[in-house]
Amino acid sequence: MTDYIVPLILFFTAAAALRKRENAYDILLQGAGDGLKLLVSILPALVLLLTAVYMLRASGAVELLSRMAAPLFSFFGIPPETAMLVLIRPISGSAALAVGAELMAEYGVDSLIGRTAAVMLGSTETTFYTISVYFGAAGIQKTRYTIPAALFADFVGFFMASCTVRWLF
Amino acid sequence: MVMSWIWAGIVLVSILCSFLTGSGAKLAAATVEGAQGGVTLAVSMAGAICLWTGVGKLMERAGLTQALARLLSPLIGRLFPGTKRDGALAQDLSANICANFLGLGNAATPMGISAAKRMKRGDTATDELCRLIVLNTASIQLIPANVAAVRTNLGCGTPFDILPAVWITSLCSAGLGVTAAWLLGKVWKE
Repeated sequence: MTDYIVPLILFFTAAAALRKRENAYDILLQGAGDGLKLLVSILPALVLLLTAVYMLRASGAVELLSRMAAPLFSFFGIPPETAMLVLIRPISGSAALAVGAELMAEYGVDSLIGRTAAVMLGSTETTFYTISVYFGAAGIQKTRYTIPAALFADFVGFFMASCTVRWLF
Repeated sequence: MVMSWIWAGIVLVSILCSFLTGSGAKLAAATVEGAQGGVTLAVSMAGAICLWTGVGKLMERAGLTQALARLLSPLIGRLFPGTKRDGALAQDLSANICANFLGLGNAATPMGISAAKRMKRGDTATDELCRLIVLNTASIQLIPANVAAVRTNLGCGTPFDILPAVWITSLCSAGLGVTAAWLLGKVWKE
């Protein structure tokens, strides 16, 4: 069933565009070009961040962190191997992607840890970045309870990612 | 600025740890491998990012964004009562939520900021604005294209099999996040 979700989304989008007599192919091309620009803009950050992540991994610091975080993570049923990802996710999107990709490569994409990392990446946002962009642009000084509420939502995301992967696979 | 400290901190921690574990040679090699890894990761995601940015743009032009906005209007009206008095705010908000849903983060931000400017009171975040930020940080996304691309590149035959898990997780975190914001709003007055 899930196999057809993505192909059908592609078809229905094109069909809806054609019904409105839009030039579907041209719009797709424009969008793909925007995607390439986005990619070029994040590439330098990925290079720098993966350098740091690889260093951290080679030094044995990641295992050390996982071991320290293990009791707390196990209590909530979150794999302790994802500690680094959980810590960096709210701060930097590209760093989280780098850490997540490494987890998937190391433990296998279809392993419990690899899948949990993928779901965590797909269902959470770079919370601090989003908050600083919105509040910076709107000139907000008094943020009240936004940060605790947003971080709570992140925690629910990490927790639920671990649960859903355990239930569904 | 924050990232500068984090980056320097990570490098320092790596040096200290590798000194303790005696893995200095591996550490030096890791710098080159990591830099190359960044390029490899970017290239491995290129196809999926381009395709889905294109599809997202097409969804917008095909009127699917508006259709989605109509579908969501009862929910938006309840979460953001201000939209009943302010038509432009309602439009910005639904466009922001729909663009996020379609994975058009760059398109979502300007509309979200415009909504935020209408919702604020002086330099203080109103309850509705706090709720908007929580919704935006919870990431409700139809297709997490970059994650699927990373999985495919690592040899996964079914990169989209995580979709149901991603959707359930996003809905829970957005729902509970907004609930937490609503409860905090009752005790944390302006």
